[in-house]
Amino acid sequence: MIEIQHFLILSSLLFLIGVFGIFLNRKNVIIILMSIELILLAVNINFVSFSYFLGDLTGQIFSLFVLTVAAAEAAIGLAILVCFFRNKGSIAVDDANVMKG
Amino acid sequence: MNISDILILGPEILLIIYALMSILFASFFKHESSNHFIFNSTILMFLISALIIYLTPLEGESNIESIFIRDSFSKFFQVLILLSVSCLLFMSKKYLKKNDLFKFEYPILILFSTLGMMIMISSKNFLLLYLGLEIQSLSLYVISSFRRENLKSTEAGLKYFILGSLSSGLMLFGISLIYGSTGSINFELISSLITSKGFYPGIIAGLVFLISGFAFKASAVPFHMWTPDVYEGSPTPVTAFFATVPKIAAVAVLLRVLFDCFGPLLESWQQVIILISVLSMLLGSIAAIGQDNIKRLMAYSSIGHIGFVLIGIASGTDKGLSAVLIYIVLYVIMNIGVFVFILNMERNGVAVTSINSLNMYNEVSKGQTLFLTILLFSLAGIPPLAGFFGKFFIFNAAINAGLSWLAIIGGISSVIAAFYYLRIVYLMYFGMVSDPLNGKMPTSHWLILSGSAILMLIGIINLYGLEGPSFIVAKSLLN
Repeated sequence: MIEIQHFLILSSLLFLIGVFGIFLNRKNVIIILMSIELILLAVNINFVSFSYFLGDLTGQIFSLFVLTVAAAEAAIGLAILVCFFRNKGSIAVDDANVMKG
Repeated sequence: MNISDILILGPEILLIIYALMSILFASFFKHESSNHFIFNSTILMFLISALIIYLTPLEGESNIESIFIRDSFSKFFQVLILLSVSCLLFMSKKYLKKNDLFKFEYPILILFSTLGMMIMISSKNFLLLYLGLEIQSLSLYVISSFRRENLKSTEAGLKYFILGSLSSGLMLFGISLIYGSTGSINFELISSLITSKGFYPGIIAGLVFLISGFAFKASAVPFHMWTPDVYEGSPTPVTAFFATVPKIAAVAVLLRVLFDCFGPLLESWQQVIILISVLSMLLGSIAAIGQDNIKRLMAYSSIGHIGFVLIGIASGTDKGLSAVLIYIVLYVIMNIGVFVFILNMERNGVAVTSINSLNMYNEVSKGQTLFLTILLFSLAGIPPLAGFFGKFFIFNAAINAGLSWLAIIGGISSVIAAFYYLRIVYLMYFGMVSDPLNGKMPTSHWLILSGSAILMLIGIINLYGLEGPSFIVAKSLLN
């Protein structure tokens, strides 16, 4: 029988993979965009499984909104990335180093 | 839900319709003059909606089925945001024209982000809060890379985008945990559930994620990494916008969520806020010392100021909250004044941001130097200027709430921070003679600069009568 704990473990694993993907990855900005999608996916799994086990519809509605916003966010991220590529000629993470923060 | 409910949303609906109409208008009339028209009408729209919100009576039902509320708290912050945004938009015209950035997208993007902030300040549940926050952030990502042929600007946009969406992801994860442990996304329901049933570990975990998400938006340590880079890379009018308006919104939302939704858990989140506040104050004051770029310096300065604001939040009393409101108002006025000066720093028509270029600025313009000196003294919190009273109220509230050591750390870090503000003053009056700046400041900008400096002096008398209203607002949030 699949319980809520299983869903929670799955979503926390996905979330952790996403967060580590952002900080450990030194190669490609596209991978960072994928990690961000992974984080949002983990959140959606959380919402839908909570919604199912609580018998409450709010979580599923929330996850639909999250999906929509994630699509818009990916579009804007890719647009900024294209602009960056035009100026720099590379999308490696280590090349985003003009300013040291 | 009936027609009077929709009327509560009046200013927001007005702004949305205006934004869509002006996009349509601009795509049909592609002249320089239509850009002017959209800039001016956007400023006008901001002022009109500020007026509408200010005049909205609070009696009777002013919320829509506990989703959206227009109480004195949201009115205060929305009017503040709208006024400062219209001032900033007005200031940025000259710089944008000079640097070939005078496009109609700029005011429209600013308008959308302002709309998002207004929605998220007024929200009473997490879904609306999230949507407002995303409207705000998505527009801010684009604005920060507005100079798209410039490497620094696009890099700033990229960094802001990555860290910003990570922060929304953290926040969403927190919201999902809170939803899972309470079964609701409504602030009032969650609050009453916590009071009646005590708390679950899930709520605390969710709350920590939520606070870290907001700390990103407010650029508090340890989530401040994007701030100096984004401030340096973005065009200066955008930096001026970033330093003021989204900060107001982030603090307002933090207050709303912590007190409206998690008020009963004060002792749990207080420690987190205190930790963030101490780190922000110390880093903001120490890391700014070595900076040569004035925009980066202002970035660290804003991190430090957020630390002071968080002291007031951590005290958790009505006194602390009203001190926070006063501090935010003073911070916005001072920043507008300083940035109107930075916008006009140029040599032979090229914008300059290095601090050393301010050497002996006193010989270039005595008036501007004097006003900037007053503003910097006020930012440093040197008595008797208004900035000192902002800090004084915050420390007073912290001591009354039994957090004296926090006030002491605040005092120490404001003394350290005074060093780098005074260094600019020193350079302007006693620096080495060098290649001076020669930008001409338009009269309107001169008026804004002098006005904000004079406001810092007038504030000594009665703080513009803010004490009473801010106390009422703070009380309304606590109940």
